[in-house]
Amino acid sequence: MPVIDETTTAPFKRVHADPRAVLTGTHFINGDAAACEGALAAGARFAAGYPITPSTEIVERFAARAPHVGGLFIQMEDELAASITLQGMVWAGQKSFTVTSGPGFSLMMEHIGFAAMTETPCVFMNVQRGGPSTGLPTLPAQGDMMQARFGSHGDYLTIALVPDSPQECFELAVKSFNLAEQFRVPVMLMMDECVGHMTEKVVIPKAEEIEIYPRRHASKPPGEFELYKTGEDLVPEMAHAGEGYKIFVTGLTHDQRGYPLMNAVAQRELVVRLFEKIRRAADELTMIDEDQIEGADVIVVSYGITARVAERSIQMARAKGLKVGRIRLQIVWPFPEKRIRELAPKVKAFVVPELNMGQVVLEVERCAGGACKTIGVPHPGGTVHKPAEILAAIEKGVRG
Amino acid sequence: MIRGSVVVVTERCKGCGFCVEFCPTHVLELSSAFNAKGYHPPHLLNAEKCSGCNLCGLYCPDFAIYGYREPTLKTAAAAPAGVPKKAEQEASNAGDR
Amino acid sequence: MSATTELNVHNPVEDLLRQDRIPTIWCPGCGIGTTVNSFVYALMKSGLDLQKVAMVSGIGCSGRVSGYMATDSFHTTHGRAIPFATGLALANPELTVVVYSGDGDLASIGGNHLIHAARRNINLLVVCVNNMIYAMTGGQAAATTPPSSTTSTTPFGSYEPDINLPQLVDAAGACYVARWTAFHVKQLETAMTEALKKKGFRFIEIITPCPTLFQRRNNMGDGLAAMKDYKERSKIRHGAPTHEVAMIPGQEIIVGKFVDRERLDYLTLMRQRLGERYQEWIDAPPQQEEETGKENCDLC
Repeated sequence: MPVIDETTTAPFKRVHADPRAVLTGTHFINGDAAACEGALAAGARFAAGYPITPSTEIVERFAARAPHVGGLFIQMEDELAASITLQGMVWAGQKSFTVTSGPGFSLMMEHIGFAAMTETPCVFMNVQRGGPSTGLPTLPAQGDMMQARFGSHGDYLTIALVPDSPQECFELAVKSFNLAEQFRVPVMLMMDECVGHMTEKVVIPKAEEIEIYPRRHASKPPGEFELYKTGEDLVPEMAHAGEGYKIFVTGLTHDQRGYPLMNAVAQRELVVRLFEKIRRAADELTMIDEDQIEGADVIVVSYGITARVAERSIQMARAKGLKVGRIRLQIVWPFPEKRIRELAPKVKAFVVPELNMGQVVLEVERCAGGACKTIGVPHPGGTVHKPAEILAAIEKGVRG
Repeated sequence: MIRGSVVVVTERCKGCGFCVEFCPTHVLELSSAFNAKGYHPPHLLNAEKCSGCNLCGLYCPDFAIYGYREPTLKTAAAAPAGVPKKAEQEASNAGDR
Repeated sequence: MSATTELNVHNPVEDLLRQDRIPTIWCPGCGIGTTVNSFVYALMKSGLDLQKVAMVSGIGCSGRVSGYMATDSFHTTHGRAIPFATGLALANPELTVVVYSGDGDLASIGGNHLIHAARRNINLLVVCVNNMIYAMTGGQAAATTPPSSTTSTTPFGSYEPDINLPQLVDAAGACYVARWTAFHVKQLETAMTEALKKKGFRFIEIITPCPTLFQRRNNMGDGLAAMKDYKERSKIRHGAPTHEVAMIPGQEIIVGKFVDRERLDYLTLMRQRLGERYQEWIDAPPQQEEETGKENCDLC
């Protein structure tokens, strides 16, 4: 286990958003636009990206908004560049992000791993579309969920959030940046084409009501500060280029100073800590929207746009007198194992509709551990489920 | 004539020979002593011809040699032939086989 | 272990090295370290604030340079030093951002980024250490490997034409393009000093020996033999048209400053275009803490 020194890092503080960046008011905008406003409200003024349907609108809006907050958007030559240019912006002292969809997400994987390894706080917004490969650029899917967890090589953990509406695109975008700073990880905001392109009412509150996690900066002076030394929360403080700390950031396995140290001992210390800093916060990172769980025979577990269709299916089932509960995942990774494990013995089945051939259902089934049935409702994407499809699965779950 | 000398960090040297080759006054040669890694570090052969120009230092890829001009010498007599005492001791311990 | 002795002599290069990481991993006779000397002296002579210098490298033997320098150093992914450096340079224009990497990293896998950073005239100095091989991974052919060379992936001799880097970068729009060899320590230092003081995309190619892989496999002797060869075959032609400076085995190595022109850099162009739309941002004063360390304990 990593050596923990309780006095090493300063406590984490939270502040509120800067009003100059917040478009307070009631808006009628789509999810992409709302995500852009969320990034700005969170304090991101610099972004790098590459156009890819259906995410492009996020950065198109950002390109127009950024100059007003002294920032900029640079459209890089490809996603390989965009995914690391944003990290250069972060190490220069800014919050930064990029947006993409399936094919670009695949290209960005090496640098998601680099961000995880170097503990670079940043946000990757994936507005998912039909895949694999070029797939369906303008149509929804949720086929990148496992990729959000396992996409890059090697062992690392990320956090993945899934909004179900433009309103949530705003709120979870802000939360994505906060979690990135709190845990020093790349955070995936997993939207989908439906949520990204649907236009709904979005209420952006006053800046004073938006909680922001600022960059947790080194609390010791140069010479005393070690870039990857951590305290009790296993998350290091950060120093930036140009501040006199002579930081050394590398993707190689490294020691607390950041110097490459390529042996099994260093690997164990580093990689285990990268896992533990997230695992130990499992409860805090459980973000689910539950309804009528008590006494339910079947619980529908869903996320994103599918959750909205599932909601209709649940209404139809309840109208037939069935006892159906709902778990809507807002944070998918880390997966809320504890909650599924404790509910599995109490229900007949989990029903897991997704716009993919079965990804998060594997986690549900794993955690249910055979204590109940797990019924997936796969769908290769291109459109959303019909409520009747999910209703059929619910009824099957109730019948046993 | 400007006089100078060199300091050799023998344990860094990898015996590449750049300094010997590119010294404009040809005052260096690789010694028969060797360091812990088995390389032969340079030493001053014709110390009186060293101008302290530090071309050897500029060429050295391993930061193992540095040439300096006489004014930084505390006393001319105190200067050994370019090899610091500690390194000299190590060199003689390593043997001259 | 340093060069400071009771004689009060000090090698100034050591001030900019992470001495706890020396000796370097580079082979005997490798020229990368030689280029670092020129660079360190250039940094010192440039008058720049050394605290604001950020070194960015990719992967490869030359990519290890950032790790040996006592500056803010970033050892990034293969081929992507330039886009990372772009991020640093744009988000904090006060930084002096230098990319120091190898020919494979910058011109093969990183070729696209090289072209576009030059096109955009991002304010970066790119030092391309060209040893004409992928050395770190065991000596595979690179885009810069001369035809007929034996490498580990061209066991019967390479049959791919090699690339003319100064021409490529010139065509893409770089405002400073020079080539020297590791033999030209003083000229290199001068070139680096003037390049450091210039704004825009600057590119310096340094032909450097790889004794263990390139030289040895092609029966060209060791690092010293290469350095002597550079000395023999180099011809300084300042201002030479870059399409004339291709490296041809056995023929002259054209070195010198080929391009030195004024072009507005990326941020200047941006500000000109945006005009009043661009509003300077000054960070608000730190807020009163809303939460204390107690919240942190909930994570325990």
